[in-house]
Amino acid sequence: MELNDRDHRLISALGDGLALVERPYLVLGQSLGMAEDEVIARIQAMKDCGIIRRFGIIVRHHELGFRANAMSVWDIPDHQVAEVGRILGDSPEVTLCYRRPRRLPDWPYNLFCMIHGRDRPAVEAAIAALVERYGLGSHAHAVLFSTRRFKQTGARYGRRAAAE
Amino acid sequence: MPVRDAIDRRLLNEFQQDFPLVARPYAALAETLGTDEADILGRLAHLSGRGAVSRVGAVFKPHTVGASTLAALAASPETLEEVATLVSSYPEVNHNYQREHRLNLWFVVTAPSRDGVQSVLADISVRTGLEVLDLPLVEHYHIDLGFDLKWS
Repeated sequence: MELNDRDHRLISALGDGLALVERPYLVLGQSLGMAEDEVIARIQAMKDCGIIRRFGIIVRHHELGFRANAMSVWDIPDHQVAEVGRILGDSPEVTLCYRRPRRLPDWPYNLFCMIHGRDRPAVEAAIAALVERYGLGSHAHAVLFSTRRFKQTGARYGRRAAAE
Repeated sequence: MPVRDAIDRRLLNEFQQDFPLVARPYAALAETLGTDEADILGRLAHLSGRGAVSRVGAVFKPHTVGASTLAALAASPETLEEVATLVSSYPEVNHNYQREHRLNLWFVVTAPSRDGVQSVLADISVRTGLEVLDLPLVEHYHIDLGFDLKWS
């Protein structure tokens, strides 16, 4: 699917989320000069082709009692990283799983998993279970617990820089 | 806790994906949950006000809409607070966390283009005098179905 200018304007306007009103797609369309059914059809089309991976209520883990989160990183040989990534990405403990570049010598890790839990021991136990289950003990590994959240908002895709 | 009862719990856990694309989506949620539209709107306003709900919206596949990266820097303990405030002040920064590592500040930068992302990183580097690691996504392995809140 090729995104056109109307799609880009809709994506930008969606950054703030749907209004909490009876007809949110109508309200969203009014700010863009689009009819309600056009807004709905464009969102549906972006979902169908995978540009929108998920459309729904976006929760904040911390406020819902999942107060601990760690970024668990591994150095996996390049020829194995996709396989290990898919296994970890499918694991119930893992919220996000990405391959990213190493930046030697500062940063030797290429596989990143986010793990959330109610507290630090729960996250530590989840990571230990993953290491044990998939035999990851021989790979260099680090766990970076978050100690403070300075900012958490939705991504801004707009072409204008909107202040939060 | 911002969550008060079973309807709040179901509301948060069951509609993280496939939110109804119909003229009155909150009425559709209400029907599923055995309540009415006004009640759902009130619950979502409450949960948003308490921070439990970020928004009702879309998660986009990385790199199809705009560009983003994960960035990291190592600030001294004395300057971390100041550096973090500066980093958070960019509208392109949507997540910014202190983490336990020599690289102690981790943030996500999103912009319409890769050039836009890199200019933010360069600007932060110049203003802080610190090296900023740029770790763009190479491949993602997780199917995002939302976050199972495991209430039980």
